[in-house]
Amino acid sequence: MTKIYVPLDMAAVAMGADRLVAAIEKEAASRGETVQIVRNGSRGMLWLEPLVEVETASGRVGYGPVRVKDVAALFDAGFLSGGAHPLSIGKVDDHPWMRRQNRITFARVGVIDPLSIAEYETHGGGAGLARALQLGPAATIEEVTKSGLRGRGGAGFPTGIKWKTVADAPADRRYVVVNADEGDSGTFADRMLMEGDPLSLIEGMIICGYAINGSKGYVYLRSEYPQAAIVFQGAIDAARQAGWLGDNVRGSGFKFDIELRIGAGAYVCGEETSLLESLEGKRGIVRAKPPLPAHEGLFGKPTVVNNVLSMGTVPMILEKGAQHYADLGVGRSRGTMPLQIAGNVKYGGLFETDFGIPLGDIVNDIAGGTRSGRPVRAVQVGGPLGAYLPVSLFDLPIDYEAFAAKDSLIGHGGLVVFDDTVDMAWMARFGMEFCAIESCGKCTPCRIGSTRGVETIDKIRRGENVAANIELLKDLCHTMKFGSLCALGGFAPYPVESALRHFPEDFRKPALEAAE
Amino acid sequence: MAGAAPYNDERAREIIKSHLGLEGPALPILHAFMEEFGHVPDAAVKEMAEALNVSRAEMHGVVTFYHDFHREPHGRHTLKICRAESCQSMGVEKLANDFLAKLKLKWGETTPDGALTVEAAYCLGLCAHSPSALIDDEPVGCIDMETLDGIVAEAKS
Ligand SMILES: Cc1cc2nc3c(=O)[nH]c(=O)nc-3n(C[C@H](O)[C@H](O)[C@H](O)COP(=O)(O)O)c2cc1C
Ligand code: SF4
Ligand code: FES
Repeated sequence: MTKIYVPLDMAAVAMGADRLVAAIEKEAASRGETVQIVRNGSRGMLWLEPLVEVETASGRVGYGPVRVKDVAALFDAGFLSGGAHPLSIGKVDDHPWMRRQNRITFARVGVIDPLSIAEYETHGGGAGLARALQLGPAATIEEVTKSGLRGRGGAGFPTGIKWKTVADAPADRRYVVVNADEGDSGTFADRMLMEGDPLSLIEGMIICGYAINGSKGYVYLRSEYPQAAIVFQGAIDAARQAGWLGDNVRGSGFKFDIELRIGAGAYVCGEETSLLESLEGKRGIVRAKPPLPAHEGLFGKPTVVNNVLSMGTVPMILEKGAQHYADLGVGRSRGTMPLQIAGNVKYGGLFETDFGIPLGDIVNDIAGGTRSGRPVRAVQVGGPLGAYLPVSLFDLPIDYEAFAAKDSLIGHGGLVVFDDTVDMAWMARFGMEFCAIESCGKCTPCRIGSTRGVETIDKIRRGENVAANIELLKDLCHTMKFGSLCALGGFAPYPVESALRHFPEDFRKPALEAAE
Repeated sequence: MAGAAPYNDERAREIIKSHLGLEGPALPILHAFMEEFGHVPDAAVKEMAEALNVSRAEMHGVVTFYHDFHREPHGRHTLKICRAESCQSMGVEKLANDFLAKLKLKWGETTPDGALTVEAAYCLGLCAHSPSALIDDEPVGCIDMETLDGIVAEAKS
């Protein structure tokens, strides 16, 4: 019987993976072939989705992107034994996109059946937790600290230090909360990990709970990710059944359980204190800090809030040792970053690599330039609060500090590429509009300032008092940056200011528009 | 996908009761209401406020804070079109405007026959296949006018 892999990843489904599975089953039946279809995560070569893989004696051979209409021809070409066909990409592991990566967080994604504990363990799963249980809580936290892992949710705060703060806070109860709100445009790594290797996130949470002496974990997942919700709930159930969760985690005597909660369509609920309010069943209004969630978090108890990627990387760090991870990267950006390549690109997808790779290499080389075939003009890095970078900054290495020095951020690692048809004044307006829509309303600069920002950019685009209005816009950005409580209002100016700085000509072309 | 069962207090109380074992049960209850009734009527908010021992005003504030919860029923199907940056880079703004104009709708509105509500979304995590959309819970990548027309036709059938 031949094993065939067809991803259950939402991006693959969006390109017809479910219909494809039905078509393959039907075709196989009509030809009297017995096949076993495994729904794996995506390998991250998203332009090839649905990527169908066939297990052969010499390894897994891939075909993609496969449409329902291609199925009969694939059978004719003998794809069940890896036969040649125009859609064949050869052995998946040998594909240049795969070979150039250093997959640590995503090592198992796309490789295993996401819900199989047995396959998870065959591929190293569980080794991290076993080592943590051996080391004890304090030494486990020490390992995470030594690895240099920083929060992948955006702020880049050292994960080990956060855990230590929570562990040291006196309390009768402590919580582990995973931030799976992934609201940044151009990002999908959390989703891919939760759909492709959910058990690594579960294992990371167990390790965290053990390290900080907490017995309850919550995952707050955005409602736009229905597939991730199904797969992750399946993984929780499987883990409970296998004794990974419950009163006696893997026979250690340690008690831990996880509950999945679904958000309700508010970007600001990705901000950690807003998320905690939402988990408590309230409006997602941002809390003033201090107190830090590490001291007074969920229901007032000390709480670790970590991004999916931060938490999901912990098992690998414990399995391979802190030094292995710390040896990768540059400066204070240690380890690897799962980059998400999106927008107007030829090859979009997930590419995990050591920190330090130049921005231009990713855009021109790995992403292959634009899908439209036109020249690249701008790249927004780090989601809707990230700066727009011009081609002249393509030497910039992926490194938290290098980006900060250019008034930009890596954030959650998303890159959105635009070609030369982009109107940067429009994108700046969009940034302000987004802030106005998603503001929690607690502070005036963010709530009112963003709406004034939209109006001011509208005036600039109409050619009204352009110079004066640009000054006004800059002032407004300054007020928002320094008068906002959280990074929604505080960082919303970055895309606007970067557009003004790097693409000033787009704010001065009313004559052109009038002529249209 | 949002449900369409007619509202009744009895059923609302049942739903609330089945969630009372949770810490912070408000969002799970509201999602369950959406799934059952397709919206969160004021009567349900009243039941919730009583059961959770908070004021109606406070409960109402929670419902209105979140984009996903609404007080009136929407169409039988909901189409969410992403208009965030990656989808903008692939021209969603024009596509969506043309589409809305064709249906004579604004964002958030429902076709007169009640078949389809069209909403804006801000990233669906499908950014390598921009522009993208969700029809109920089903994702669709690389949408164009033809895809959208097909979705409308199916929603109306
Ligand atoms: C407006 C706003 C939205 C945010 N959205 C997310 C998000 O979707 N996911 C996330 O992990 N962090 C998000 N963050 C960052 C969190 O506040 C927090 O720093 C993070 O969850 C901590 O986890 P980490 O240390 O593992 O990164 C957001 C912050 C702000 C201000
Ligand atoms: S900056 Fe905006 S989102 Fe953040 S707390 Fe203030 S009003 Fe709320
Ligand atoms: S920006 Fe549209 S799917 Fe992410």
